[in-house]
This record gives sequence, C-alpha cells and structure tokens, in this order.
Amino acid sequence: MADVHLPRSLVALFPGAPRRLRAHGATVAEVIADLDAQVPGIRNRLLDAGPSIRTHINVFVGGQRATLTTPVAADAVVHVIPAVSGG
Amino acid sequence: MAQRVALLVGTRKGLFVLDGDAKRESWNVRGPLCDGWPIHDAIYDEASGAIYAGGGSNWYGPAVWRSNDLGASWSHSSEGITYGDDAEKVATIWSLATGPGGAMYAGVEPAGLFRSADGGSTWSHVEGLTNHPSRPEWQPGNGGLILHSIVPSPEDAERVWVGISSVGAFETADGGRTWSTRNKGVRAGFMPEGQQYPDFGQCVHKLVMAADGGEHLYQQNHCGVYRSTDGGRQWEEITPGLPTEFGFPMGAHPRDPDTVWTIPMTEPDAGRFMIDGHAAVYRSNDGGTTWQKATAGLPQDNAYISVLREAMAVDSLDPVGVYFGTSTGQLYGSRDEGRTWGLVADNLPAIWSVEAAIVD
Repeated sequence: MADVHLPRSLVALFPGAPRRLRAHGATVAEVIADLDAQVPGIRNRLLDAGPSIRTHINVFVGGQRATLTTPVAADAVVHVIPAVSGG
Repeated sequence: MAQRVALLVGTRKGLFVLDGDAKRESWNVRGPLCDGWPIHDAIYDEASGAIYAGGGSNWYGPAVWRSNDLGASWSHSSEGITYGDDAEKVATIWSLATGPGGAMYAGVEPAGLFRSADGGSTWSHVEGLTNHPSRPEWQPGNGGLILHSIVPSPEDAERVWVGISSVGAFETADGGRTWSTRNKGVRAGFMPEGQQYPDFGQCVHKLVMAADGGEHLYQQNHCGVYRSTDGGRQWEEITPGLPTEFGFPMGAHPRDPDTVWTIPMTEPDAGRFMIDGHAAVYRSNDGGTTWQKATAGLPQDNAYISVLREAMAVDSLDPVGVYFGTSTGQLYGSRDEGRTWGLVADNLPAIWSVEAAIVD
C-alpha cells in the first residue's frame, strides 16, 4: 500500500481526515479512487473533467511528478502538493 | 424569540456571517468560513434552515458548501457539476437559488445551470439551456461567460429565469427542457447602430423578481435599467432619472412590487465606481418611473468604491433593511428602506455577494 501524504488545505475540507494514510492502487488514478473510498468526495477536489489532475495540484510518486497513469509501487510514497499560487 | 438578521457575505477569501441584534444596530462578524475559499454567492434556505455557499478554489475546483447550523460546521459537494469528461471544465459556482418543491439551482462559469433535488449533495446538468441553439454564439462579459442570476418562479416549479453575461435573459416553462430568450426591448448599446436590439447578446448584470412574483421582473443591465410585467417577453427601459445607465446590483422590496434599489456607477470606460467619489443608492417607489437618491450616512469624499452584481441584499423586516458590500471590503446597511445608511463592517476581503437571512 502506498504511503500517501495530503496537504493541510485538502484535509481541512474533510473534518476528521488524516494528513497521512495508506491507499491501494497500481496507478495514481487507482490510488485516488481508493482515497475517495476512504474520504468520500476527495476525488472531486483532486481531479477535473477528463479526468485529469487539477491544474494547480501536483502529485509526486517517489519524489517524481506524476500523472494519473504513473505506476505506484506497493511501498511508494505519494505526496499531494498544492501549487504555490494565489494572492 | 425575536427575529434577527444574519448577513451572509461572500468574499474573495471566504464567507463571513454577520449576526445582527434585534435592532439591526450591532453586528458580530464570524469568519472566514468555507476554509477561505472564494465565495461568489451564499443563500439561506428558509425551509431547511441551511446556508449554502457557492464558489471555487484555485486548487480544489468548484463546490457548493452547506451548513445546517448557521455556519458552525460545513460540508461541500460538486458531485455532478460537470459538463462531462470531454467538455469544458467548470471553473467556479457563480450563483445559487432555491425553488418550490425543494429544488436547488447553481449557475456556473462557463455559463450553465445545474439542479439538485437532495439539498446540494448531488447535481445534474440542466442540458436544455446548454443545448439552446444560441449557445455556440455566446460571448463572455468582462467577468467571464457566467450564469449569475437565477430567478425561480415562487409558485410554478417548471418556470425559471436566468441571466447570463453577456448573453441576456432566458426563461424555461417546462422545468429546463427548453428555454426562450427574454431580451426584447433591452438595448445592447455596445453593438453597431442598427444591431442594438438583438435576440440575445445583451449584457444583463442582475435579474430580480418583484414582490408580486409571477411575471414582474427588473434588471440592471450594462446598458440601462429595465422592468417587465410579462415575464421578460417585453422589457421597458426605466433608466431616466438615474445619473448613469451602468451598474451591477439590483434589489427588490419583499412586499411592494414597485420599490427597487440600484447603485449607478460610472460608465464602463470611466472606472465603474461611485460617481465623482460620492457614494449613493437610488430607490424607486413607482416601478422605476422616478428615482430618489440617498447619500445620508454614505461616504461623500473620494469614495471611489464599486459594488458588484450579487453584493446587494434586502431583508424582509418592517421597515425593510437594505445592504450592500463593496469590492474594497466595506459593508453598508440601512434600517429604513434605503433612506439613511451606516457602516456595518469594514476591512473585509473584496465582497462579492451579500444575502440577508431572517433567523430566529
């Protein structure tokens, strides 16, 4: 299971959700689907129509920037990081 | 328990709730709520007692927030707010409304309408509007291609009017399956001579329904102020008496169908703020035939402030309270139907919407 790290601004939208959790999946898309099973609604915050990862959201697998089709190893570390933007 | 007003103030950096006392004299500010998301519109549903707030995060996309406890706790959803995986992406929620029978509506950017039958948990696209034959020719206004006004009939669940910038007004009488343009008599002064009264392409800024409901409507447009007594089939311009034809918000009295408020601002190419730096609200008590200017209590020196389309609200107490928020974070209120004014709150983020809820 991947070791998934979520940003404060994301977990704040889901009271009780942890900053770090374990998720199944062979790809980033599958990991996000499992996250959604654990935290209902989180997929809609991370993905846009397409589906695609939202423009100002970055997903890193093992320290490398990933797409929805990027493979996720069983012991991978996944970070979800919002872009530095705003004003 | 005495009725009191809670003002729902949507800003660029979250929703604020201002709890008023029984006299509407002092206000307690709570916020920022909705995790500081940009909030374009917030409404209070009297039937359920819920607050809804619509907006969109730069990072996490559009959502409609719901609170069942006047803002103490929140949930949110955008389930179903999509045009499909191969279509345009929905950027943000611009407007919310409730209709008869528990119906709820959300207007979005790029312009379209979504409906919920379960209190905002799930949504479905009102495809009939997007499928209107004019859709390929819709052009955005300065604020984008946005569906910003939703006016459900208070009695007939099948009838809804919407306003889209810069496309104009539409009405459905069959629950959203088909839509008709409702722009006859409305001027598109930015078009070439001879093309200024098109079927669509007018820049409606705010559409409101009069107190007698049914088919009595008003609109503040980019090019003037208008009234209709036949559901928008024909509009009559009521701009004469106002200092400019440009403005964004409009408010309608909850009991008197002939009383409305608007805030004229300098023309689009001249700043779009209060005229000569003197803040003023205009009220008509005769359906727009004549207008009265009110400045008492409003800043009259170098007040180059702007008020956006959703940032005016009217409560239902007697006398009626009127409120408006500025794009520089001031909130003004009147307890005497817009005759005299006072500062309710200052130094908020840029205000995008104001709603007055009557709560027990």
